[in-house]
Amino acid sequence: MIEFQDVTFVHQNGVRALDGVSLLIGSGETVAIVGENGAGKTTLVKHVTGLLKPATGSVLVDGQNTRATSTAQLSRKVGVAFQNPDHQLFSESVEEEMSFALRNFGFPPPLVEQRVKWGLELFGLDEYRKSSPLVLSGGEKKRLTLACILAWDPEVVILDEPTVGQDSIQKEKLAGTIRMLTSSGKTVVVVSHDIEFLWPMQPRVVVMKAGRVLGDGPAARVMQDRGLLDSARVAQPQLVEFYDRLTERPNAPFVDPLEARRWAEGRAR
Amino acid sequence: MTNILEISGLNFRYPDSPKKAVSDFDLSVPDQEIVVLAGPSGCGKSTLLRAVNGLIPHMYTGDYSGQVRVAGNDVKESNMRDLAQKVGFLFQNPENQIFMFTVERDIAFGLENLGVPRAEMRKRVDEAMRLLEIEDLALRAPHELSDGQKQRVALAGVLAMNPRLVILDEPTSLLDPKTAAELVGLVGRLRKELGTTFVVVEHRLDLLVKVADRIVVMNEGRKALEGTPKEVLFGDEAEAYGVSVPSIARVQKMLTADGVLATDRLMSPGELAQALEEARP
Repeated sequence: MIEFQDVTFVHQNGVRALDGVSLLIGSGETVAIVGENGAGKTTLVKHVTGLLKPATGSVLVDGQNTRATSTAQLSRKVGVAFQNPDHQLFSESVEEEMSFALRNFGFPPPLVEQRVKWGLELFGLDEYRKSSPLVLSGGEKKRLTLACILAWDPEVVILDEPTVGQDSIQKEKLAGTIRMLTSSGKTVVVVSHDIEFLWPMQPRVVVMKAGRVLGDGPAARVMQDRGLLDSARVAQPQLVEFYDRLTERPNAPFVDPLEARRWAEGRAR
Repeated sequence: MTNILEISGLNFRYPDSPKKAVSDFDLSVPDQEIVVLAGPSGCGKSTLLRAVNGLIPHMYTGDYSGQVRVAGNDVKESNMRDLAQKVGFLFQNPENQIFMFTVERDIAFGLENLGVPRAEMRKRVDEAMRLLEIEDLALRAPHELSDGQKQRVALAGVLAMNPRLVILDEPTSLLDPKTAAELVGLVGRLRKELGTTFVVVEHRLDLLVKVADRIVVMNEGRKALEGTPKEVLFGDEAEAYGVSVPSIARVQKMLTADGVLATDRLMSPGELAQALEEARP
């Protein structure tokens, strides 16, 4: 679905934000992109949407080279909720905001109405329907951008730091939404520092540093590779660190807290 | 020990809102404490902070009753200039508060506005840069810095004013975990070195429990829970109020409930593993 072929991108100030990135993301995959601030994660995302074009190398989305495709065409396939929701909210009301893209994509009015209703309910925003997006809290704005994107049903959904400003109840709902997208065959890319949020989803994890892909594999493997995580300045999930510390000495690895508990009980007896 | 912050019976309702944003709220924060303020979005945290730094009632009007005292002074009766020297505020996004051409000019901005004499200003800016270990950035342009560095520059600007109370609004939410852990460590160190009191708004508690003395959870404008990190996170209600209980705290809670461990404080994954090792008969 998404293919980066040896992509390099240099910012105007000379910083090499992507440095020979090759990456293949299959249709229906859920991929987490992690790495310290400035590792190139958001630049990577902007290449998928065509907002940025590679200096060298190519980016293909659903087989189309982003250099030869307009961002308007790409946006039908790729929906992105950016890190700062203020960059993508501009309408007079929440309802307007949600229907804007749908109307632009030519959805018939009854369908627009249906999708708006669906999105506002799913993200607990129906009470703000007539309000200006500006009165929403940071967390609510983020949910609104996500609702807007899901409403037009893109094949690829990209979430850039979706958990910022969200409390644990909203985070759980967000995790549920991601699971729903995954099970309906969407390609989901989550850029996040929130390792504790990512870990239970067990996604494929791509570790970036200084514009390069440093590691790539299933969460269970990547998150246990302390050398890799340390060099990319990525934290280990607390539970993984705990099992590691326990297993460093005697035996028995754990998959979840319940198992750790059973084991610990037996061991202390 | 005195209380740097004393909120008693605070109620506030915005003019166009049917319900109170803050309701019958009491809170006492002793000097040099680190208090975490948590709660679901829309619970009234931001309103409460505005009532502490004086934006309420000086800039936002509405129905106000009760009292907020900072270092003994009633916020309602104080002017913003005095308050600015007692309460420092670090926004979630440092870009909202750094804008000068060089780091040191940025840090000096608040002092310049207060008309602090040049020599004194130089001293305070240097001291703030030393505390935050950003002396080498003095002449750099803030927009060229990394997010973690920007956060430090913004915090240096706050500390240069010598506030006794510093409010941090979700300070780690934009930082990667390692940078966030460094910031939290820094807060703990500043409390020790300067005796500053910190009120930190945060959903993510995995890092903050290391330095926090107390967690206060708000819900629908009221205080829903208050206690030590262990009391709040081991309780059954925290999750219902949107507080993310760190996964390692959950494991520790289970082990404690089962009598495997007797613990008086929350532990890191490494500490917990070691405690288990030692608990073996």
